[in-house]
Amino acid sequence: MTHLPYIAASYGLAVLIGAGFAVDAWLRVGRARRRLDAIDPRRTRGRDAG
Amino acid sequence: MLRAVDTIPIPMPAGGRSLHRFANPGRFLRISGRVLPFLAIPALVLTVVGLAWGLLVAPPDYQQGDAVRIIYIHVPSAWLASGGYLSLAICAALSLVWRHPLADLAAVEIGPVGAAFTALCLATGSLWGKPMWGAWWVWDARLTSVLVLFFLYLGHIALVRAFDDPVRGYRAGAILALAGVVNLPVIKFSVDWWNTLHQPATLSLTGAPSMHVSMLWPLLVCIAGFSLGFAAIVTARLRAAVMERRIRGLLLAQAQTV
Repeated sequence: MTHLPYIAASYGLAVLIGAGFAVDAWLRVGRARRRLDAIDPRRTRGRDAG
Repeated sequence: MLRAVDTIPIPMPAGGRSLHRFANPGRFLRISGRVLPFLAIPALVLTVVGLAWGLLVAPPDYQQGDAVRIIYIHVPSAWLASGGYLSLAICAALSLVWRHPLADLAAVEIGPVGAAFTALCLATGSLWGKPMWGAWWVWDARLTSVLVLFFLYLGHIALVRAFDDPVRGYRAGAILALAGVVNLPVIKFSVDWWNTLHQPATLSLTGAPSMHVSMLWPLLVCIAGFSLGFAAIVTARLRAAVMERRIRGLLLAQAQTV
């Protein structure tokens, strides 16, 4: 394959950026959900009832 | 009795009422929670298939050799750079005209993702330009207008976070986003208006594509995968932002009752 370092760098950057944002969003949602579950009275009531 | 100007209710423009039905945070979290897997899973599948197809199956170019495989990253990220900014501007309009409460949060979350894909577009363009043009960078109209787009994204990211009162930041960011829309047609038509080193558009809505079908299909799959991935990431970030706003509100209420 010609120009391999340029191609590898392009694909590597794409994977890094895509995966980085996806993992960050996933962790952020999980963190916010756990925090909200702990302090939101509506969620606590729902959990106690069900 | 005279009322302060900022306490007089401003009637909402007609189209805004139906938009506001989707502004309820609880409803948004329910709907987006159901939609997110239908964005994320096809995004992952299409992106992996498209990139593998472009890297391993699609033929090399007769002039550029295998360097043409960078197109499967470069074009989708360029599409998202412009498309992301357009969505940012739509959120700005929704915020300024209809005061849509989720539009401001959406704009804040779109900014960094759009900026990252614009940076990816510029970086892959550089990595493609070096072996083909012999230079990492030229002050070509297309490259320069995309660089301006990147700075507009950075300006928006900085501006929405620059005020103690977030609403003032959202308003300032929305005005910048709307003013920056003028750059989008400049990017699109720069290769037609000026004599540029950058090649003319490969894909067009009105004309036939200027590439062979064996290269076109993996490119279309990559564009679809990247677009769904962008939508999934922004939706997930927006879900987190809505929950974080609720957390701040609850903590503030608790602090005031103590």
